[in-house]
This record gives sequence, structure tokens and C-alpha cells, in this order.
Amino acid sequence: MDNTMVVSVSPHLRAKEDTRNVMRDVVIALLPAVVASVIIFGFRALLVECVCVATAVICEWAFEKITKRQNTVRDLSAVVTGLLLAMNLPVSIPIWQAIFGSFVAIIFVKQLFGGIGQNFANPAITARIIMFIAFSGTMSSWAVPSGIGSWLNADAVTSATPLRLLELEQYEDLPSVAQMFLGWRGGCLGETSCLALLIGGIYLIARRVITWHTPVVYLATVFVLTALLGESPVYQLLGGGIWLGAIFMATDYVTSPPTPAGKIIFGLGCGLITVLIRVYGSYPEGCSFSILLMNILSPYISKWTQPKPFGGVKA
Amino acid sequence: MGKHLKILTNGIIKENPVLVLLLGCCPFLAVTTQASNAIGMGAATTAVLLGSNIFISLLRKIISEKVRIPCYIVIIASFVTLVQMIVKAYLPSLNDSLGLFLPLIVVNCIILGRAEMFASKNSVGDSVLDAIGMGVGFTLAMLVMASIREIFGNGTWFGLAIPVLSSNTISLLTMPAGGFAIFGILIAIINKVTKGQGVKKKEFGCEGCVHAAACGKLACPAEPEKEATAE
Repeated sequence: MDNTMVVSVSPHLRAKEDTRNVMRDVVIALLPAVVASVIIFGFRALLVECVCVATAVICEWAFEKITKRQNTVRDLSAVVTGLLLAMNLPVSIPIWQAIFGSFVAIIFVKQLFGGIGQNFANPAITARIIMFIAFSGTMSSWAVPSGIGSWLNADAVTSATPLRLLELEQYEDLPSVAQMFLGWRGGCLGETSCLALLIGGIYLIARRVITWHTPVVYLATVFVLTALLGESPVYQLLGGGIWLGAIFMATDYVTSPPTPAGKIIFGLGCGLITVLIRVYGSYPEGCSFSILLMNILSPYISKWTQPKPFGGVKA
Repeated sequence: MGKHLKILTNGIIKENPVLVLLLGCCPFLAVTTQASNAIGMGAATTAVLLGSNIFISLLRKIISEKVRIPCYIVIIASFVTLVQMIVKAYLPSLNDSLGLFLPLIVVNCIILGRAEMFASKNSVGDSVLDAIGMGVGFTLAMLVMASIREIFGNGTWFGLAIPVLSSNTISLLTMPAGGFAIFGILIAIINKVTKGQGVKKKEFGCEGCVHAAACGKLACPAEPEKEATAE
């Protein structure tokens, strides 16, 4: 050991966390949902996920190469974006549409606004909405759970999602609550299995990557509001994509407020908009729209909930 | 001769009215869902531009500075009415597909902009060349934009189905949001091609503004933008 004194400026306490570690934790937290998607929808789910991740990484690398920016492929944020987008797609999505979606997420939503940390909206959510509007047919045809080992063919059986069934009041076709919780129902790749998402969420909270505020408030708001409005709260809570949205999308650092109070407002707003769209809107699911709308509001929420420094005066 | 050629070609890339000067965005975004509409709209606009540029250039010494804008509008509106009547009589289907945007050529910024920036200061011959150049530039930009939107958004080009694409369409491109996205990409490409040098700042600063005389900002010495350029 040498005797050189190290003189450095503050901050002197450094945490080991960097973007790469955080993103790696998010990927680990998504693995149960990836496994669940393969078990529920078969190996084509894995193909869609791999395509989305690969496209996202290639787009990120190529754009930063072309624009001569610092290359951020190694921080794994593109992997997370690609994987989250894949989680939001139905298993039957044509591969070229998945590539298009991943391209839009990275180039249009993330890089054109200045890359990581500069995007005003969550890339995966925005790309999902763009795809939903661009490919309304393929983005809303849901394959029935076919089980591991099956390979989806072109004329696979499609079914309505539980939320759609609720809207149509076809209660006899609804899966049981246990099936809903495990994910044996029609829907996007990663949204169906609440159990797998819950495991991922608990991992993220335990690793302190996210806090409990947004997910818990979001889910509770949906449960309470749907109960008050006379819907079936259990199905509303377990159906649709709100678990995926609440745990992985609404907690995105860049596009949500940093303070606990802000996170609670964010969760409340997401829950409120989701329920309003589900109950009164023409779309059966409003999760992605609610998160996008709250993304846009989050700079204001951050401003309102800015904590007063100790001894400081109100700004 | 070189100068005249430059006036003619200016409008195509270097000072493309819609992609560089960003004039006439409304019809550019609204009617470019089909390539045939783009040609129709481009031709109608070019015809009006040609007529108005000639007349405004001819009358440039007669029209008083203070009432020039109403005079320009009267001239432009007359030509738009003329063109609209011709289209209605001979191309009723084009009239239907362009709809309201045909009479709206009156308020197309390209035409008023060229009247103000060019025809009111230059000879008739130069104004004709300018009108042709700008008209062709506008039409080409519309054609490129409409082709992209029609081919990928609808799977057709000039109404003809394209084998693979017609079954794999991105319908978003035919919607307004897709139009804005493509518009942005085209502007970025043109900026790259011209290295951002397409527009001379002076023409679009306060000096070139229609309201420059009335606004009085030119007389104000503490204009920050001027200081920046002086440094």
C-alpha cells in the first residue's frame, strides 16, 4: 500500500450503484415474467422477446455510432426497453412489427430526445401505444394460452382478454381468479402472470431499485375505484397490464417523480386514468395511456413535491 | 445566365419552400396521404404562385407599401378562384379529394411569402423563374412525402397496389401523427444534405419579417440575436 494521500472533492461517499447495475436488476426482475410467458404462450414468446431486445440494442448502438455520441449500449438500458416492449406485445405479433416497435422505442422516443435520461416518456410504453395505433389488428388479437412446447401457427385460436369479456359481460367465459393470478389467460406476453410480476417487484423493492409507493398506490387505486364504481375489483386488479405497468413502467426513473409524495401522486393519477378509460372509455385497457399521460405530467409533479431543504424557506 | 439558373434551382433543395423555409406546412401535412393528391395540390399551388408572382412583380411599383398585403391577397385570391373553377370543371375527382384545401391555397404561406420576399423586389422574368422553382420544389417535397406515406401506410402508389407491402401496412403513417413524424425525418435529411446552410438567417430575422416596419423591433438596439452574430 502506498502512502499517497488522495484528495478529492465531495461527494466522498459513493454507492456502487450505476445505471448498469440498476438495469441488470430490472432484467433479473423481469426473468420470472419471461419464463412465465414461455410456459403460457410457448417458445414463440421467447423469439419475440429476443427480436425486440436485439433490435433495441442494435438501434441504440447504430444511432450513437452515426451521431458520434457516447455509446451507452453497455449500460443495458436498451435491453430493458426491448424486453419491456416485448412484454407488451401479443405472442402472435408479426416479427417485422416487433422490429418496427423496438426501432420506434429506441430511435424516436429515446435517442431523438437525447438518449438515456433525456426522454420525457417511457420508450416501451410509447412504442406500445404507437404500435397499438399503427397495427390495431395484430396488436389486439390475443392467442389463448397454449402451453410450453407449442409453436404458434398462423391460424391459432384467439380469445378476448378478461377485461374485454368483462366489458362484453360474458362472465361465463372468464378464467378463475387463480388462473388470472398465475397468468393462464389471453393477453400480452408479460402482463398475464401476476405471480411472476409480483416476484420481480418484490426483488426490485428488496434491492432498493424501486420503492413501494407507485406500484402499491397504483394497484390500490384501481382496486378501490373499480369497487366504488360497481365493477368487479378482483378481476379489474388481476386483468390487463396494470401489474406490469405499475411495477416496471410507472417506476421508470427518468419519467416519474423522484420524491415519495410525487410517486404517490403519480400512482394515484395512473390508477384514476386507467379506471376511467376501462370503465367509461372505448378501449378495454387504459394502463399504457395512463402511464404516458402521467409521464407528461411528472415534471410538474416533481416541482410541486420538491422537498424543502432543512432550514430553508419555501421556494 | 448563371444567376437565372440559380433562382430557378433555389427552390428545389437549397430553399425548398416547405422543407427548408417551413412554409405551407398545412396543405403539406393534410393532403399528402396519396401521391396523386400531392401532384394535384402541387400543380394547383404552382399555377397560383406563377400567376401571383407575375402580377405582383408587374405591380410592384404601383402598390403602396402600406396596403401591399391586402393587395397581394386580392391578387392571390383571384388566381385561386380561377384555379378552383378549372379544377372543378375538368378534374372533379381531384376537387373532391383535395376538398377544402384547394380554396385554402389563398392563405398558403408559400405564395404570400414569395410575393413579399421575391416578387415585390425583382423583375417579372426572375419572378417567373422563382415561382417555377418554388412550385416544383413544393410539388417534389409533397410527392416524396406522399409516396412514403402511401407506400408504407396504405401499400399502394398512385392507387396501384404493391405486392408485399399492401398486406403489411403501417396505417399510422396515413394518420396526422405519422405525417408529422415523416415531415420531421425529411427536414432532418434536408438539413443534413445542405449542412444546415440552406437558409440565410437574415431573410428570416426581423429584417425579412412582413411586419418589420410596424413592429419597430428593428430600431431597438438591444436585440440579443444581433449581438450574438456580431461577436
